[in-house]
Amino acid sequence: MERAAIQSEIIRIATPFVKDPAALESVTESTRLIDDLKVNSARLVDIVLSFEDTFDIEIEDDEADKIQTIGNAIDMVADKIG
Amino acid sequence: MSRTRVVITGMGVVAPNAIGLAAFERALRQGRSGIVHLAKLQELKFGCQVAGAVTGAEELAASIFHQEELMAMSSNMVFTAMAALEAWTGAGLERSDPQDEVVHWDTGAVIGTGIADLNVVGERIVPLTDAGKVRRIGSTCVEQIMSSSVSAKVGGMLGLGNQVTSNSSACTTGTEALYQAAERIRSGRARRMLAGGSEGDSHYSWAGFDSMRLLARKFNDRPEQASRPMSASAGGFVPGCGAGILVLESEESALERGAPIFAELAGGEVTCGGQRGGGSITAPNPAGVRRCIRAALADARVEGDQVDVINGHLTATFADPVEVKSWSLALDRRPGDFPWITSTKSMIGHCLGGAGAIESVASVLMLQGGFVHPSINCEDLHPELDGFAGSIPHSVEEQSIDVVIKAGFGFGDVNACLVFRRFEA
Repeated sequence: MERAAIQSEIIRIATPFVKDPAALESVTESTRLIDDLKVNSARLVDIVLSFEDTFDIEIEDDEADKIQTIGNAIDMVADKIG
Repeated sequence: MSRTRVVITGMGVVAPNAIGLAAFERALRQGRSGIVHLAKLQELKFGCQVAGAVTGAEELAASIFHQEELMAMSSNMVFTAMAALEAWTGAGLERSDPQDEVVHWDTGAVIGTGIADLNVVGERIVPLTDAGKVRRIGSTCVEQIMSSSVSAKVGGMLGLGNQVTSNSSACTTGTEALYQAAERIRSGRARRMLAGGSEGDSHYSWAGFDSMRLLARKFNDRPEQASRPMSASAGGFVPGCGAGILVLESEESALERGAPIFAELAGGEVTCGGQRGGGSITAPNPAGVRRCIRAALADARVEGDQVDVINGHLTATFADPVEVKSWSLALDRRPGDFPWITSTKSMIGHCLGGAGAIESVASVLMLQGGFVHPSINCEDLHPELDGFAGSIPHSVEEQSIDVVIKAGFGFGDVNACLVFRRFEA
């Protein structure tokens, strides 16, 4: 799966949780989920569960804790799906 | 020393027969039932297959709340938030943007619920936990099932900084919430409180009542006739859901900011019958009921003969005639000299934790609008109530009203009573 395709899936999953939709227009790999997109930190749990379902992978809790940016999420998914 | 008077400056309602104050007043005047047949209850073999269900709330909520919020809102929270927003804006207050970091330190909320939201428990928490999939429950369940879910939602939505809490006292909840919130204002600890109650739309909440044979079973084919308080054919209550929220405010605060004043919450009382004297965890001790009504009148400095309208608890069970007799004794008003008595539940069913609050909204609307709403479906009046026939409106009665008294009684033998009075500065 192309990195760009993974990114668009990740953004699709995160979008309902984004409290500042305007920030989505200029999203890059360095965009931070909590600080830039204003995702409630508690909702990262739901986003990670959705990553697991969408990409058919398993993400351990300590791995999930490392996801801060869109780029971190792409790296994690790309690594898991090989 | 004069005490702080508490006035009502805003109201909001999500009820089975209407959403919003204007539509609710029209429905009340018309005697329009919000009771419908629910296929799900039939499929699940409920004895009672009708309910006071709220229609159109989801669509409205989608136009009001962000998707991110809605994902974490049970039906209970949706009803409450919609009613609270209507009450807040109707009171002339602004909903600030959360980014503005404005906290209303002088405003709080007492908003109760009866059974939180069992759909979230039944559809997510129990199945996933039992399947060993706890980690898949996600982040939004706790905030939806905690007993304070409804007040917490409103507190965050409006930036409230005073006491924000949820009471729970079964079917007395909504009425008790108003009493508690008024006390906070009277004590000078808050200038303004949102107060009320809500109940979510969940057949799981209704199932236990159905098993107790407390629900109406004989009108599944005639839903609009199913809720029959004070009738000879009353055979149980119809479960309902929804929310009612009132903005209570000190008179000083309301006058200072030129707020609309719907009525004065002149006084109230809460009591428990101790589950003695005929009372139990599921039935009221009539002495406790009378004591509650008398104390509420005394608190309001209103005499029994000043009461124009009683909006009773009146659920459509065997307890209705007992309740009417308790009103008669407590107000010292005999048949022939009895005020109007009506039951909002005849149109919306019994909205449990939301009942007292929705019915308080109806009470204030009657006071403000100068009408008594009909108590429908009691043309076949219970024989024990024959003497009170002239006090029970079957269609809307237009007349000026100064005092409406509202009570709620709940499992646990708990009672709450409020006295609403026309506001005069």
